[in-house]
Amino acid sequence: MAKRVMTVDDSRTMREMVAFTLRQAGYEVSEAEDGVKALAALKAAPVDVVITDLNMPNMDGVTLIRQLRAEPRYRSVPILMLTTEGDAAKKAEGKGAGATGWLVKPFDPAKLIDVVKRVAG
Amino acid sequence: MVTLDHLRATYFEEAAELLERAYAELAALSEGRAGEDTVHALFRAYHSIKGGGGAFGFTRPVGLAHVMETLLDLVREDRITVAPDLLALLLRGTDMLADLLAAERDGVAATPGVEAGILDALESAAKIDHIAREQAAPVQAAAAIADGWRIEFRPHPGLFRSANEPLHILRELAGLGPVEVVADPSRLPGINRIDPEEAYLSWTVTLRAAVARAQVQDVFEFVIDDCDLSIDALDDATEPAATMAERPVATPTAEPAPPDIAAAPNASPLAQSVRVDVAKIDRLVNLVGELVITQAMLAQHEATLPPDLCPGLTRGLETLSQHLRELQDGVMAIRTQPVRTVFSRMPRLVREVAGMLGKDVRLVVTGEGTEIDKTVVEQLADPLTHLLRNALDHGIEPPDAREALGKPRQGIIQLSAEQRGGRIIIEITDDGRGIDRARVLARARERGLVSAEATLSESEIDELIFLPGFSTAETVSAVSGRGVGMDVVRRNIEALGGRIRLESRLGHGSRFTLTLPLTLAVLDGLVVSVGRDAYILPIAAIVESLRPRREDVRDVVGHGQVIAIRGSYVPLVPLHTRFGVAGAVNDYTRGIVVIVETDHSGQIGLLVDDLVGQQQVVVKSLEANWRRVDGIGGATILGDGRVALILDVAGLAALPAVAIPAAPPRAHLHLH
Amino acid sequence: MQHPSAAMADAPAPLAGAAGASAQYITCTLDDAEFGIDIMAVHEIRGWTPPTAIPHAAAWMRGVTNLRGTIVPIVDLRARFGFGPTEPGAMHVVVIIQNGARTAGLLVDAVSDIVTVEAGRIRPVPEIGAAAPERLLSGLVPLERGMVSLVSLDTLLAFDEADTAPSLPIS
Repeated sequence: MAKRVMTVDDSRTMREMVAFTLRQAGYEVSEAEDGVKALAALKAAPVDVVITDLNMPNMDGVTLIRQLRAEPRYRSVPILMLTTEGDAAKKAEGKGAGATGWLVKPFDPAKLIDVVKRVAG
Repeated sequence: MVTLDHLRATYFEEAAELLERAYAELAALSEGRAGEDTVHALFRAYHSIKGGGGAFGFTRPVGLAHVMETLLDLVREDRITVAPDLLALLLRGTDMLADLLAAERDGVAATPGVEAGILDALESAAKIDHIAREQAAPVQAAAAIADGWRIEFRPHPGLFRSANEPLHILRELAGLGPVEVVADPSRLPGINRIDPEEAYLSWTVTLRAAVARAQVQDVFEFVIDDCDLSIDALDDATEPAATMAERPVATPTAEPAPPDIAAAPNASPLAQSVRVDVAKIDRLVNLVGELVITQAMLAQHEATLPPDLCPGLTRGLETLSQHLRELQDGVMAIRTQPVRTVFSRMPRLVREVAGMLGKDVRLVVTGEGTEIDKTVVEQLADPLTHLLRNALDHGIEPPDAREALGKPRQGIIQLSAEQRGGRIIIEITDDGRGIDRARVLARARERGLVSAEATLSESEIDELIFLPGFSTAETVSAVSGRGVGMDVVRRNIEALGGRIRLESRLGHGSRFTLTLPLTLAVLDGLVVSVGRDAYILPIAAIVESLRPRREDVRDVVGHGQVIAIRGSYVPLVPLHTRFGVAGAVNDYTRGIVVIVETDHSGQIGLLVDDLVGQQQVVVKSLEANWRRVDGIGGATILGDGRVALILDVAGLAALPAVAIPAAPPRAHLHLH
Repeated sequence: MQHPSAAMADAPAPLAGAAGASAQYITCTLDDAEFGIDIMAVHEIRGWTPPTAIPHAAAWMRGVTNLRGTIVPIVDLRARFGFGPTEPGAMHVVVIIQNGARTAGLLVDAVSDIVTVEAGRIRPVPEIGAAAPERLLSGLVPLERGMVSLVSLDTLLAFDEADTAPSLPIS
């Protein structure tokens, strides 16, 4: 069964890019545009990997990661954060919240697939 | 590749929305109505433009967005305060960003260095050191290549807390080449003391593959802080400098966009998510239109059958009609677009023109989400641009003059859109000088447009400015040009089946009102008969219909007849007298009066012979092969194949003034 | 879509022997006069069916009809040339013409002939008065049986400029 990935980003371009790339690679991808919507959707239907932006309205990525890690069902689900180069503080914050890994924007599609494989097998 | 095109299109579409958002937030900031999220939203706008743009290799807009994002980040952290100077800078930066993005979208190269000035200004505002652009220090050793590696991987107990999985890491290592993995279970506690969420095992991996150290390191990228890791070359590591350049396998610095995406064809400009030739949509619209006509025809035939003759047919026709309506809505939705697409260009225009004229103007935009036929939206840009320029040039006074008049130095222009009764109303209101009617009239007389003895009403004088070649500008200005315009604006609007009207108060400002059809394609209509003719009344305009009693109708000297309806008087307009139809019902107690709502003239009561029925009609252009007809909005084809004219209710209300050849100045005005 | 022959209407006749371009015209008779319509512009010829009247239109504008989904105006050619309105019957025909982006129907008594006219034989229309229907002609062609007036479709179909108002409102 194809692994399910959720991409959380307020940028439609980024969501579509992630979704497009991963679908090409055989993943099943769902999308959410902010942390609140992602959390609701993730509680309703579990996924195998979450890829989230950090800067988002309503609920930012770090909060989303914390909220997810508080859910028993998401304690061991890999969560990747999308960061911008040089945003070391944010990255550290995300890691502290329980992020599995990160991806620096802009990214190579192949890199995205590699990273998802690295954390989700 | 269509898919990459699609992503590009999404990016540009989103970038346009983000720019618009940025403008809105900047406006909020400058007007002091910034909310908690304003700066964050601004930051995110530039951030997202940068993030997506990077993936396509749009280095110039990305570079600019980066600096703006940095600046906003400093604002966000209260390290810089938002001063008017900074706002102006951000606006300029946003304008430039829009230009750079447009250039990328259109596949043209923006003038080299055109953004240098604004970049410098932004950078100095953000106190960014030019040279100190973050460059992650290259890790020399990372490029080292060996014939193989011995890797000791000893996770910290908390490794699992970030949901990392050593198994995946080991598999990824195995993907680099042949591996031997030896697990070290020595840290495992007794079975009853095992915490399943802690990591106890360690591994020693021997990788026999000539890969760079960086490649191996990269596998442990996410767990490097959560483990003890050693990576040693199996043999003496060789480090030929040349291979560094050749094998930049994974460097921590951000790479420019990957070639496969960056090389996406710089095809035609994209504004929509799915690019469909408008001709194809129109074909679809026409086909649906033909279906509607066929359905009307079937329904007409069915109605002549005895009831209950064939219930299946009746039901089938009902279902057909329902599906058809949905199909039609769907097809129409493809054609509609929010006016935002054209409104969003206006703030910049106002800013630039106001700057040129040395005027202080605030543009207040409302109702930009109002949807209207795509064709109309596209055709609106020119008239709106012209009207705004006009308001800036002739309407709004210079700040000092305003102050002297006791007005705030900053003038306000409002641009609004709303849907009202099946039509879209767009208004451009300024709080400037207003129309000096005495001057307008004098000018018109001077030009021989009005005879000297003619007396014109205020609204008739206002109409004069729409005459070809009329200009009230004392000096010909670079902004409004040589008075080319209002007649063209009116023509453009009328070509869209719309109307333009001017209201003005001297010293207080002017308002131009554009009334446009919601869609050019389909409307719900009531078929009415007048004599032998059938006309279509747009349902959206209908308030009610009634058959007046004798005592309901009164004569008003000089104003024809009015009908008393619940205490108010509504002008009675017998349709046949306006259109010169022979053989129609003239006695209102034997006909039907349909009360309709007009945009500006309030309600009127149209006297028709009878109501025939309600149906959806496909709007066809009368102008394409004939010309505009006052009081007529278009034509349609009925179920029997005959043409019926669609009434333009507001135009009808105004008809007497046009239809009756009266006052000499009027007649004179209509001669070219 | 100006036809070459029409463009050359004002030009002097080419020298004898020069190969002048030729064009075909459908001719129709209105009373005794014969009019020619560029055959390239003729889309089809149909029988008369009463169109839907248009308000505020001149007497020569008979109304609009449905031509496979397009709204097409029907011009009474006799009335347009000032010969008074046609009383259309079953024998009358409508010539559907297409000129540029515009389509229109011309109501005529009948179509009588197809003639081939060499460009060199087209004579300019004498200027009698600018407002007269002469404007509606692009040239004159003398034939053995009489003269054929070539209709200028550009002018005829320029409805926006034409004075289409009725002489007097009916009520």
